[in-house]
Amino acid sequence: MTGWRRLALVAIIIVLIAAPLFGLKSYVIYTLSLWAVTAIAALGLNLTLGYAGQISLAQGAFVGVGAYCSALLTIAGVPLGGGVVAAFLLCLALGWMLGYPALRVRSHYLAFVTLAFSTLAYLVFRNEEWLTGGTYGLSNIPRPVVLGNDFVRPNPFYWLCLAVLAAVSAALWRLVQSPWGRAFTALRENPVRAESLGVDIRHYTLLAFAIGAGLGGVSGALYAALVQYIDPTPFGLNYSLSLLLMVVVGGAGRFFGPFLGAAVAVLLPEWLRATGDFYLVIYAGLVLVLMVFCPGGLLALPARLRRR
Amino acid sequence: MQDFAQLVIAGLATGAIYALVAIGFTLLWQTSQTVNFAQGEFVVLPAFFMLGLMQAGLPFWAAVLLGIGLSVLVLGVLFKRLLVDPMLQHGALPLSIATMALALFLKEAVKDVWGAEAHAFPALAGGGTVRVLGVALTAQSLIVLAVGVATVLILQGFLTRTRTGRCMQAAAQNPATARILGIPVERMILYTFIINAVLVSVAAVLVTPVYLAKFSNGETLGLAAFIAALVGGFNQMRGAIVGGLLLGVLDNLAAAYVSATYRGAVPLVLLIGMILLRPHGLLGRAEQRTV
Repeated sequence: MTGWRRLALVAIIIVLIAAPLFGLKSYVIYTLSLWAVTAIAALGLNLTLGYAGQISLAQGAFVGVGAYCSALLTIAGVPLGGGVVAAFLLCLALGWMLGYPALRVRSHYLAFVTLAFSTLAYLVFRNEEWLTGGTYGLSNIPRPVVLGNDFVRPNPFYWLCLAVLAAVSAALWRLVQSPWGRAFTALRENPVRAESLGVDIRHYTLLAFAIGAGLGGVSGALYAALVQYIDPTPFGLNYSLSLLLMVVVGGAGRFFGPFLGAAVAVLLPEWLRATGDFYLVIYAGLVLVLMVFCPGGLLALPARLRRR
Repeated sequence: MQDFAQLVIAGLATGAIYALVAIGFTLLWQTSQTVNFAQGEFVVLPAFFMLGLMQAGLPFWAAVLLGIGLSVLVLGVLFKRLLVDPMLQHGALPLSIATMALALFLKEAVKDVWGAEAHAFPALAGGGTVRVLGVALTAQSLIVLAVGVATVLILQGFLTRTRTGRCMQAAAQNPATARILGIPVERMILYTFIINAVLVSVAAVLVTPVYLAKFSNGETLGLAAFIAALVGGFNQMRGAIVGGLLLGVLDNLAAAYVSATYRGAVPLVLLIGMILLRPHGLLGRAEQRTV
């Protein structure tokens, strides 16, 4: 990373941490918290898509599973930390179980298996009323109080989301830099050569997908505590698709891509508020134009423009 | 037993529709490595074209024919020229993701133009029933089956009996050799996209009277078609037909005998079972891959 880029990064981080001190409206803080929560899910998906080169259409469903799992636990009195860990482990296990058969065969199968899983998860959220509250959803999801520090108010909860995002990013950064993470990159760049060098493609791809799914669960656990009310609607196929587009818009396989993609996806509806229902059409249209013009995403745009 | 027979026939009719969509999907994959995740939305759009033309005062058949024409232009020619051609040079993965963005685009566009409610769509046949060997069959499912079978036979005839059809097969099997032999491979690929557009339009005419015209139909239809294609082996027409019919029948039986709320889970179960037991599909062969 060059000097000025590091400087810019530090500046952005400071602004993010200091944001609540500027006396912003609580809605802005809510939007920023939502960005942090969404970025965690997108980071997980980037591991699957950007590093392992696999399409997952169930990231939204994993966020939903994590949200319901953590919501049920915290309503029952378990601290949020327990909810986050349980959501991570549950989604990791589900990801493993889906990925294990799907990755035995050609690459596109994971996309279809996850697509079908997304449908199934939605049906479970909606129909199993004894567990999920059906279409009425779960309400009164508590925010945590840790050692007398109260995370109920918007600002402290925003810092909590930011802290989890920072922890996840740091862990992923280490993962990507480790020999283990380099194997991911090798397998994306040239799977045949990676395999010939002794990288077990199936094993690494499965791990990347399962960890990505687990991070979806973490994001869901925070989401449930952020909005304090969940129902099946937000976790449908559209959410999985828009998470996928976030990763692509930011730049799949680039570490900072998901942060940017999540920012675009969370902020764009605010900017396009005037267009009302047409927001998603405009968003999808813009993504299509971006993909045709610059498939590497927004982060690849400067290099692309320079080459022209 | 009669209930069972009725369920199977109705399932076959639904399956025939899945099969048509799955065949188109398979053809695109074979000729241009396009995994079209918008295939479900491709069935929804023609229905709304036709609905719009009927609302503009055109009689049913004129609207259907003109709707097919419009679909050929938009979902065949424009889809290939504007999205597939520029994206394919970046690889199959970016192209697949672009078709997902397209799916979202089409779905939301339909919702914004025609609204989120379901619209009625005229059926090819009345609501009567026909008794065959004591089993009451709806005229609707018989017509659907007949049109489905006829479409497949015409397509099969075109691909195997005509010169253009055989050139298309050659272009799909081995583009390099086909090019050397003087077959305009690019044009053959374009024909595939046009055939796909016609197939999804026919499927739209058959399925919309039952499911009604609704913007979100593409999700279930697309998933059914993908699963049908995968179960059949992903790379052949026969497989897509068998996969479609199998899924239609299983779907119907599961809804009646197991759980109506979880009929949406049938494709997942079928898909995972298939991957574990026969990873290359029911009729598929292990695919040779060159690097």
